[in-house]
Amino acid sequence: MHVLSVQHLHKSYGQGDQRHEVVNDLSFSLRAGECYGLLGPNGAGKTTTLKLCLGLSEPDSGSIMLGGHHIPAEARRARMRVGVVPQMDSLDPDFTVEENLLVYGRYFGMSDKQVHDRIDWLLEFATLTAKRKAQIGELSGGMKRRLTLARSLVNDPDLIFMDEPTTGLDPQARHLMWERLKTLLASGKTILLTTHFMDEAERLCDRLAVIDQGQLIAEGAPRELIAQHIEPQVVEVYGDNVADWIVHARPLSDRVELSGETAFCYTRQTDALFKNLSEQSGLRYLHRPANLEDLFLKLTGREMRD
Amino acid sequence: MSNRIYQLPSFSLRFFPVWRRNFLVWRKLAIASVIGNIAEPLITLVAFGYGLGSLLSDINGVRYIEFLASGAISMSVMMAASFEALYSAFSRMHVQKTWESLLNTPMDLDDIVLAEMLWAASKAMISGMAILGVLFLLGIGLHPTTLLVPPMLFLVGLTFASIALVINAIARGYDFFTYYFTLMLTPMIFVSGVYYPVSQLPSWLQPLAQILPLGVAVQVVRPLLLGQLPEAALPNVFILMAYCFFGFYLATVLTRRRLLK
Repeated sequence: MHVLSVQHLHKSYGQGDQRHEVVNDLSFSLRAGECYGLLGPNGAGKTTTLKLCLGLSEPDSGSIMLGGHHIPAEARRARMRVGVVPQMDSLDPDFTVEENLLVYGRYFGMSDKQVHDRIDWLLEFATLTAKRKAQIGELSGGMKRRLTLARSLVNDPDLIFMDEPTTGLDPQARHLMWERLKTLLASGKTILLTTHFMDEAERLCDRLAVIDQGQLIAEGAPRELIAQHIEPQVVEVYGDNVADWIVHARPLSDRVELSGETAFCYTRQTDALFKNLSEQSGLRYLHRPANLEDLFLKLTGREMRD
Repeated sequence: MSNRIYQLPSFSLRFFPVWRRNFLVWRKLAIASVIGNIAEPLITLVAFGYGLGSLLSDINGVRYIEFLASGAISMSVMMAASFEALYSAFSRMHVQKTWESLLNTPMDLDDIVLAEMLWAASKAMISGMAILGVLFLLGIGLHPTTLLVPPMLFLVGLTFASIALVINAIARGYDFFTYYFTLMLTPMIFVSGVYYPVSQLPSWLQPLAQILPLGVAVQVVRPLLLGQLPEAALPNVFILMAYCFFGFYLATVLTRRRLLK
């Protein structure tokens, strides 16, 4: 059975000419125990999709089943078994770390004893044991995010919604967060993750969906999607006269994209390209395998979305 | 979707953990809060009651300070409930995103609005009781009828909390609340018979005191504190309950429209 199943979801905002389809015929399902990523540029409809799945917004049409419950009709019961890590920190600034967990657990109808029995483990999981009595203002950004993660686990959920859980974190904090999420996956939890970070999606997601303008434009395992849509080798070429040079690159690559001062050469065969580059002065280059970011940019374009 | 928005509020005991959250925050600052609650009306009483009151003759056989104190307690409860359901609730809804994190749990928005309404009324009631204690020390309100004052103050708190939550639901920022206080509540104080009897108003203004919630509250609470049974107590209680129910319904609908898009 699917932990979450979304079928032909539609949601639009505004009236008349202003009407704007935010989610447009979206369908996807999560299998138990997997990490499923929702990737898309800003405004692609990711956060709206999460809100719809939690029953906090009513779809124009389509159906959602969350943990065996119809959404939004039975959303409250479904949310009993769900944890949420929102995009913005919403910890209670008036409370200590421990009180934040206690008060949040009460919202799930848990007794104080039930929450207290879990707090030690939650703090340890979030590596916040030493900060048990600290005020929220004393925590670093990474600590706040980990506390938000711990808070989302207070009711021992089956499925965790994570809306950009590592945005704004430094690399150390981000790696610790990833490691915690992997631990959760290993213990059998299911995760629905939205992110802008392609390396994050590639590391964590078993499967992912690329969404643009409310529509699903690709779905699958990260490596398979890359193999399916992108040439395996990428040579990035930088330099002042790169714009002139790409006339040479085009016949030697499968596909060339120019973005500012950088040419991205996508190819299966690099020998001819390297030979040509060795004859150029003033150009530097980087050779790497194709990654999820290449796929993302190919599918959603390089233009700014904000 | 629109049908769900206009549904009657659902009442459930789920509001309690949210009420308790607000209580826990209050408890951390309780002493400062209660001192503030007592100091402000006490200053008013001393300044106007003794200062101005010594220049005035009795009002219908009641010393001015007693007249003022028995009216001002409703005003203080109104202010306390309004502040909590405006500035504090708005912080929790809009700035701190407390409501947002609540909505991710098995709470409905209706539970949250109910909790905020009951909490604002509870806090206003606490402040009303503190003032009552001060009045007792001044020898005011030592009558059996005063036993009916606390439930009345709670109803007054509920009424103004509900109305304030309507304003909260449509507010874009804190500035909006200044209008509510200066254009709605302050003029209401002056036509509701807090500082002087309603009979001193121009005759065309007097009927307002019969329908505005503070005027209604003063008409019930003042006699009780003076050891009398109020006239038309039941109709007045019904008027307050009507404000409370319609205010709460409107607040719920408008808050749903704001947050459950």
